[in-house]
Amino acid sequence: MMKNILIACSIFAAVFAFASDESAVRVEPTDSVGPRALEKQTKAAVIRDYLKAWGSFSHAFEQNRPDLLDADFVGVAKEKLQDTLRDQAKLGIQTRNRDAAHDIQLVFYSPEGLSLQLVDTVEYDVRILDHEKVQTTQHVRARYVAVLTPTEVRWKVRIFQAEPE
Amino acid sequence: MKRRFSFSMVGLLVGGLLLAAMPVALAQSGSLRLPKTVEAGSAFSIESTGSGEAVLYIVGPGQVLKRKIRLGEATFFAPGDLHNAGHYLAVIVADSSTQNGAFDVTAHEPAALSFLAKPSRVAVDLRDGISGVVYVFDTFQNLVLAPTQVSFQLSGAAGAEQTRTVLSRNGVAWTKMNSAAKEGSGQFAAQVGSVTAERVIQQVPGDPCGLRISARPSGQRLTVQTDPVRDCSGNLVPDGTVVTFTETYNGGESTVDAPLKQGVARADLPAYSGVTISVATGVVLGNEIHWGKQ
Repeated sequence: MMKNILIACSIFAAVFAFASDESAVRVEPTDSVGPRALEKQTKAAVIRDYLKAWGSFSHAFEQNRPDLLDADFVGVAKEKLQDTLRDQAKLGIQTRNRDAAHDIQLVFYSPEGLSLQLVDTVEYDVRILDHEKVQTTQHVRARYVAVLTPTEVRWKVRIFQAEPE
Repeated sequence: MKRRFSFSMVGLLVGGLLLAAMPVALAQSGSLRLPKTVEAGSAFSIESTGSGEAVLYIVGPGQVLKRKIRLGEATFFAPGDLHNAGHYLAVIVADSSTQNGAFDVTAHEPAALSFLAKPSRVAVDLRDGISGVVYVFDTFQNLVLAPTQVSFQLSGAAGAEQTRTVLSRNGVAWTKMNSAAKEGSGQFAAQVGSVTAERVIQQVPGDPCGLRISARPSGQRLTVQTDPVRDCSGNLVPDGTVVTFTETYNGGESTVDAPLKQGVARADLPAYSGVTISVATGVVLGNEIHWGKQ
């Protein structure tokens, strides 16, 4: 009973800590993330930087600006998203991704501390525009797997990939 | 008769409502036929209903495609057209209608491993002293999220081979291995099917164990030297490791640092009668020698 109350408290604390005006964020309690202990500060920093990356992703795809990804993405994730942005620009397409809710679970922290993996069941609205004309708006619910790695001052997303729920 | 009539009326009413609702459902999503999942890089097709020209959009963070199509015909995508794993929306926009659907692209079979082995240099005989983390990717650099058997192997001239098999979870597998009792390089390999990645781990002697010195007079001086300095597994501690000799005499103290040469450190100290000489290297203390009168 006590354990359940503690879990509920940590969830609500996380919701209040990270919720923004635009999206509701729920962080699952983390009992174990594999071989390395996860400090509270690290957890908070990773969630903060991951959510910031969603913001960059959203802005970059709305404006077709690959440079907006630089601060929050690195490696394969950055390359793939930038390729998509270039294709969008070529085709005259823009996509507006508005994340409405995140349900985040940290699942793996590598023993040497160089990668941290999370799973996020995210709900967001995608609006597709072709030459600035709205074609459709769809509500999406998807399970994203993200791997973040520490850089000089923040965690950056290295892998960003949705999988079937 | 009256009851049968009323049932018929209700049936007609319900049927009528369903028919009225059907065009709306078709316009939104009902008429787009597409696979639920597609393996990355595979061919697939999307079918629509109706007639006339339209535009098909396949949109996701990983890729975006746009095709002019004819409604009512299947649109084929060749192998490699859609190769980035993720969640995709399929939208067909015609003059008067829009058809929507969604599907997932999943990773192809494993083709590459991102293998991080740490540390690259480790002391011998350390339990769980070496860690290995593998991220499994397909040929398109998609993370292979399906559980996959990853085999880890640590071998080398220095010790018995260690093997662990781990099932990946969310595309990642990890293990910890013990370092060998003998110094030398070890090959740390990760393998998935025929895909292998290998790293070299240098296993070096640990801290000295049982540091001992002896002294012999040499004229007005004492020559002090260590026994061969070894770690607890019997490996010679590397040459160049500094050994500190400390001489305490009559309330004063002087020290001499000497590097190991072929496992032995040596120093010449003034041979005061009643002197105490001690030895240390790193955090390891050795024996003391009292020379002359007590």
